[in-house]
Amino acid sequence: MWALALALPLVLPRHTLIINEIAIVALFALALDLILGYTGIVSLGHAAFFGMGAYSAALFAKLVMPDPLLGLLVGIAAAGALGAVCSATILRGTDLTRLMVTLGVGLILMELANKLDWLTGGADGLQGVVMGPLLGKFEFDLSGQTAAWYSMTVLLLVFVAARRLVHSPFGATLKAIRDNRLRAMAIGIPVNSRLAVVYTIAAAAAGAAGALLAQTTGFASLDVFEFHRSADVMLILVIGGVGWLYGGVAGAVVFKLMQDFLSSITPQYWTFWIGLFLVVLVLVGRERLIRPWTWWSNVSKGGSA
Amino acid sequence: MNTPGTTAHDTVLSAQGLVMRFGGITATNNVTLDLKRGARHALIGPNGAGKTTLINLLTGVLQPTAGRVVLEGQDITTLAPHQRVRRGMVRTFQINQLFDTLTPLETLAMVVAQQQDLGGSWWQALGSSTRVTARCEQLLEQFHLTSVMSQETRVLAYGKRRLLEIAIALACEPRVLLLDEPVAGVPAGEREELLQTVAALPADVSILLIEHDMDLVFSFSRSMTVLVNGTVLTEGSPEKIANDSRVKAVYLGHGDEINDAMEGLAHG
Repeated sequence: MWALALALPLVLPRHTLIINEIAIVALFALALDLILGYTGIVSLGHAAFFGMGAYSAALFAKLVMPDPLLGLLVGIAAAGALGAVCSATILRGTDLTRLMVTLGVGLILMELANKLDWLTGGADGLQGVVMGPLLGKFEFDLSGQTAAWYSMTVLLLVFVAARRLVHSPFGATLKAIRDNRLRAMAIGIPVNSRLAVVYTIAAAAAGAAGALLAQTTGFASLDVFEFHRSADVMLILVIGGVGWLYGGVAGAVVFKLMQDFLSSITPQYWTFWIGLFLVVLVLVGRERLIRPWTWWSNVSKGGSA
Repeated sequence: MNTPGTTAHDTVLSAQGLVMRFGGITATNNVTLDLKRGARHALIGPNGAGKTTLINLLTGVLQPTAGRVVLEGQDITTLAPHQRVRRGMVRTFQINQLFDTLTPLETLAMVVAQQQDLGGSWWQALGSSTRVTARCEQLLEQFHLTSVMSQETRVLAYGKRRLLEIAIALACEPRVLLLDEPVAGVPAGEREELLQTVAALPADVSILLIEHDMDLVFSFSRSMTVLVNGTVLTEGSPEKIANDSRVKAVYLGHGDEINDAMEGLAHG
């Protein structure tokens, strides 16, 4: 399946832009799933780390050197460091307080990027980010093939690492914390340090997604910190399913294609259809929605299963 | 169970002068309690006697206003709950505290891996360590969970969930195990399996049992402490407690229950 995905830019050269976008959003969703799906930490501000990765990578390319891989590492490190600091804010409180705290952190960072215009370009964004060739060989061309492969490869690598993580003893202790924090503590799991570590990892992965966006579009603007990014990525997880790594990828594909398709037929009102789709999805349930043949079967039978 | 020649080393867990005040209320008032190695010690007392507060003080959920908790000769009063678990003090809960979306196998593998210091490793799979899987098999067998090991915990029968509750605690390899009403709410049909399993817990684990069920208390324990209004009323052998008029007074209306249980002990 991954081989097929990696072949896509070659098969559909005219759609490399959207393939690149999907890969980036999927990576972002994967990052959020690590804390939301596997650890039970709700966040409405994960764009903070996405944006941090984007600006760090863009600034690195502009001020230090244009190598994309080093820039990616810088983006990951910066977002990870920010995540480590912010993890202190999510250790206590309820889901509602976490929603507010994460939302607040996202807003603070957006305003910082806006205010520090000598560094970030403020509301105009950071323009003129020129990337060097990948591995010194592959130029980021206009067709976007290199960009799509680059993003997809990073997605694949992070996916594989995340897969190992969630199936490891570490991942199992995260699920234990999600299911029952009191008992997790009572069997000797250092809950706070686990939360800090996974929050840092999830922030770093979101930073990778942000860095990819900045590098492949040659641009970083305040949009990367916007609330709608945090909300979109949560929608993607709801569409694809939380606590299941392919959920983020599947959700990203469905969400992006739907957005692309709907906005091409109704540029102004496409969010209406996305909204309608969400309402139906949540009320009917994902399982039933993708199995049309169960729609007219006995509800009580299907409902109790 | 004092035998000639016992020394301080035979005391595994010791609560020394514990005091806990919530505002103006004193929930625990100068409680001192020693648990001997391999003990089967019951903590009884009417509702509101402060049993739960005492458990929370021992496990570190609450910090005492005064007093010390000593485990294996080391003062652990200031340690966090998970650090006390690492040193061998583990509890079960009166109301099941399980991991609903994990199966019993996953749950125990997770606990055993954590116990074997693998909890922080993230690259190899949970089941890849043979030490972990071997211990899991043992525990599943011991707690009659093998037949349901691959079902999600939330769909298990209550008795099985109760067994898993204790299995999780034992998977932490405790030196001291605090059992908080292990048979509470278990239907009659599933009770026997649970009682046998509790009776067959490893002899080298020191157990403090908090229980209302007098049958279990008197059949299981070899020594007892009676807690009333946050203070130790008396302690001693089951025979001594059962014949203590003050205890009977405290359990007014339940005195018959104790006598019945004693009767059973004498004839059984």
